[in-house]
Amino acid sequence: MSHGPSAPAHGHGHGGDAAPYVPVFTEGSARRRELADLITRYPSKRAALLPALWMVQQDRGWISEDAMREIGEQLDCTAAYVKGVVTFYTMYHQHPVGRHFIQVCTTSPCLCAGADDVVKAFLEHTGCKELGLTSPDGKYTVIEVECLGACGFATPVQINEDYVECVTPEKVPGILAALGD
Amino acid sequence: MGYPHKSHPQETPVLSKHFGDPAARTLEGWKARGGYTALAQALTMAPTAIQDVVKASGLRGRGGAGFPTGLKWSFMKLEDGKPHYLCCNADESEPGTFKDREIMRWTPHALIEGVAIGAYAIGAETAYIYIRGEFSEPIRVMEAALAEARAAGVIGPNAMGSGKRIDIWVHKGAGAYICGEETALMNSIEGKRGNPRIKPPFPAVSGLFGQPTTINNVETLTAVPHILNNGAEWYKGMCLSSPKSTGSKLFSVCGNVAKPGNYEVVLGFPFKDFLYDLCGGPPAGRKFKAIIPGGSSVPVITIEEAEQVRMDYEGFLEVGTMLGSGGVIIFDDAQSMPRQLARLARFYAHESCAQCTQCREGTAWMTRILERIVAGQGTFEDLDTIFDLSESMTGKTICVLSDSCAAPVVSGIKKFRGEFEALITGRRSSTVAVGV
Amino acid sequence: MTATKMVSLTIEGRAVSVPEGTTILEAAKAAGVLVPHYCYHPGLPVAGVCRMCLVEVEKFPKLAPSCATAVGEGQVVHVYSEKALEARKGVLELLLINHPLDCPICDQAGECELQDYTFQEGRADSRYREPKRFNPVEDFGGDVLYVTNRCILCTRCVRFMDDVHEAPVLCVSERGDRAVISKAADADLTHPWAANVIDLCPVGALVSKDFLNKARAWELDRTASVCPGCSQGCNTVLETRDNVVVRMKPRPNEAVNHFYLCDVGRLDYQWLNRADRLESPKIRLHDVLSPVDWELAIAKAAEVLRGRRAYVVGSPHLSNEALFLLKRIVGTTSGEGVFRCATGPEAPLPGVEDLALRVDRAPNVRGAELLGFARRDDDLLGGLRSGDVLVVAGDALEGVDLRRAAEASAVIVIGTTLPAGLPVPAAVLPIANVAEEEGTFTNLRGRVQRFLQAKAAPGLARPSWYALADLATAVGAPSDDCGLPSRAFAALAASEPAFLGLSYDALGLRGAPVAGAEVAR
Repeated sequence: MSHGPSAPAHGHGHGGDAAPYVPVFTEGSARRRELADLITRYPSKRAALLPALWMVQQDRGWISEDAMREIGEQLDCTAAYVKGVVTFYTMYHQHPVGRHFIQVCTTSPCLCAGADDVVKAFLEHTGCKELGLTSPDGKYTVIEVECLGACGFATPVQINEDYVECVTPEKVPGILAALGD
Repeated sequence: MGYPHKSHPQETPVLSKHFGDPAARTLEGWKARGGYTALAQALTMAPTAIQDVVKASGLRGRGGAGFPTGLKWSFMKLEDGKPHYLCCNADESEPGTFKDREIMRWTPHALIEGVAIGAYAIGAETAYIYIRGEFSEPIRVMEAALAEARAAGVIGPNAMGSGKRIDIWVHKGAGAYICGEETALMNSIEGKRGNPRIKPPFPAVSGLFGQPTTINNVETLTAVPHILNNGAEWYKGMCLSSPKSTGSKLFSVCGNVAKPGNYEVVLGFPFKDFLYDLCGGPPAGRKFKAIIPGGSSVPVITIEEAEQVRMDYEGFLEVGTMLGSGGVIIFDDAQSMPRQLARLARFYAHESCAQCTQCREGTAWMTRILERIVAGQGTFEDLDTIFDLSESMTGKTICVLSDSCAAPVVSGIKKFRGEFEALITGRRSSTVAVGV
Repeated sequence: MTATKMVSLTIEGRAVSVPEGTTILEAAKAAGVLVPHYCYHPGLPVAGVCRMCLVEVEKFPKLAPSCATAVGEGQVVHVYSEKALEARKGVLELLLINHPLDCPICDQAGECELQDYTFQEGRADSRYREPKRFNPVEDFGGDVLYVTNRCILCTRCVRFMDDVHEAPVLCVSERGDRAVISKAADADLTHPWAANVIDLCPVGALVSKDFLNKARAWELDRTASVCPGCSQGCNTVLETRDNVVVRMKPRPNEAVNHFYLCDVGRLDYQWLNRADRLESPKIRLHDVLSPVDWELAIAKAAEVLRGRRAYVVGSPHLSNEALFLLKRIVGTTSGEGVFRCATGPEAPLPGVEDLALRVDRAPNVRGAELLGFARRDDDLLGGLRSGDVLVVAGDALEGVDLRRAAEASAVIVIGTTLPAGLPVPAAVLPIANVAEEEGTFTNLRGRVQRFLQAKAAPGLARPSWYALADLATAVGAPSDDCGLPSRAFAALAASEPAFLGLSYDALGLRGAPVAGAEVAR
């Protein structure tokens, strides 16, 4: 299946997004304090939007419309405004993703070093039927990403927050095993 | 140093001297390696004096534009009574470029020192280091180093006891190449979509939060302490060809090459020696074919053209390409240029912010045509359409992302037309489709 | 105050001088040259994203976006040079590659700026061979439907909601050619001025649900009018087909409504087409209303008014001309004129100075007051004295306590419909509604504005000024000087100090303030 320029860049969930949203910035919470402290670094509240979105994604795994509303309330902007920002930046998940979000760089410097074979290997060994679709056990989502800025260490793969570098198809089973559950 | 390889004797490790040395990451470790003497000195100088030293050194922006740094700093009106900002561009998303990552994860204090001096030199009390969201390790390392620096009073309300305030904050991006464009970067810090802004107004007049702002690349700022420590003449003296290109530069080498990595050489270094001696030449059994030397947004050159080049701003211009960010992407004779360029076009289509018609639609259309050619369903008219399209995509938009898509594609077709024609006439098809 | 510095430049060979800081695009307008554009709009902050307005400025290294570039002394600008034409042709081609080309079923056809400029300067064919991008239609709420595939991402709608409506409920979503206009689930476009995004949209991406598939733009007749919905007096265009009003849109007036019309006014035009109208003059014969001709009806009305005091219930929906003639009738009979006005909550458009859906939901409250009618929102008939003739002109009397009407010696109805609950009137005179006659209203700031006739009145109904001039003459207030609406207005201006000096010529289609109007905009 071709994922040309018009294809979604984000992962998709397998159910699991039916649970009601639990607010992150409740009164008296640590995150609320953290956000308040962060806001002091900038002359405008809105500048804390990207960091606030990171906090929510770290705590809840993805950014739902409920989350957008909560963040908007904290930073004096509308949910629509937050949506415009969330959908612009590809690292924010608009749907739940697998526990291990596997992002393989396939931009030309890595492509010519064999990144496409690495992608195939990940799809095969994770049981993910296609790019962007979470594996049935909810463990993995595999997507292609653009240049990760580690071109000399081809092929770099970002799994959740961390880079694994110089990945070859042969190394993939070991990498997955090391991830555990 | 050609990290992860050992420094080649022909390298000039200034910025990369401590790559691979974990002890250089700490405040104490950095001080032991001569760190923070430049900042201490700078805080006793007038900002304009610092600007003059940097001007005299010939330092040019290392992010890709190559604009003279001292001159850029001088655009900030020091007595206007407005809050000034310094933004350090650590968005490093230009394909083929991976030098700023190394600077941050091996020598975070080097960057902190450079940012602090830069902020002071432009009258800014606040600096933001905008690091792309994917760089979790550099972010961790930078945050730890900043915490150390604040705790030790090196930066903060009373930087090194000078009475001057220098606050430095990391601002984490979230996945957008376009946020490496200076005005998009500012919009991103402000909590907006990373759309580039129309210029004028220029950042030095109205930038971050509408205030006078300067944006500099990581590598540029990291060079500043060395310039202050060793003098402008020293930096100017590091020059092997054009006098307008001084100092050392980290070249990120990747693709089909024996020893990919970062290499630091004096500007003007002969590209042929660089490719075959320092980088170890092509992989076994292969030959170099094509190079995109400045990060991917510059024209492709053939290996024959590359072997003539002196590695500096003027040298690359002479063969019709640009030094850009110095991300050297090398393709060998086993690569299909149509396939690689199709994938490159797809990068730009993915990253377009969607403001300008020519970029939003043009990058995607160009990508689709190229992918169709790679799939063996192209026509000769398609090549004409691409050339036409590139006219629309060049010089007509708010920023140069669409120009950056057109440049490698058009030059690639012109110089490797045979490969495209072969796919079109069906004599050979690229056996692996782009993507999966 | 320092004098404005002027800048002189040449655009397409025409010399023009404009204040410093003017954009090239606006300067071109002053020179009579239209630079094709999409995202630029004089009411919105500059975006500079569509790239249509690129012009060639001699000595500039690149083409300049004229909406975002200030003029410079001595510049020589070419809008139709080869380079500029090539650039625009390129933009047009790119806008069409994913465009669905569904003109045959798109409401915008015939008033579509993408059609217009493509015809003027675009390619005659398409070179695009790839699958087109597809997105489903989205209901944005209110009157607005978003046909995603047609969107050219000019962002006028987003900027309008953000900056003019100050309700940022629209956003651009996604990036690159995946970008679309979007909204959050928690807010629909039900804001009081939201439907203006439909007018602002240059193509058929934002369309009106009310107008959906109703008529083709080229079938419409367009008439300048004034919105009868409230006392703001927004200038409008009434669009009719085959004598039926099918749409009402704003008409730009810098002094009143800029470019905008509120949703309440915009969508409340159906009543102009209602079929249950008074179509024939009538008189009471044997306790029943019977159709007669106008002469007889007028004569009968004059007869019952002889020697009686007229208690005239006028209406702030009547024109200045009609109210003036009613005033003559009041004067001749030593009577009294009253009116009532429905009210509703005010809904300002924050980004425009002094523009709101007003509390008074009628177009001519100020006119009625200036012409001596007293406002009685409660107890409308409270001033009716026993024996008076109750003249109901232009008010359907819904919700009014009509018990006092029994005290009247007779009732005369002048209107578009017959109010329920009245004693059988002695005479009924059918008149035209605001779409069916010409006249003027005075808005809340004292601005007198003309409205023109957009369709024919039904049956034998006559313009209000016509019927009332005849009646006034018949009761002894000669009104032969009011044989045309312009003459009726001239008579009004001659005898009412507030209107002194005004005339239809002076009013034009932008209006003019009465004497002592507080905002000279």
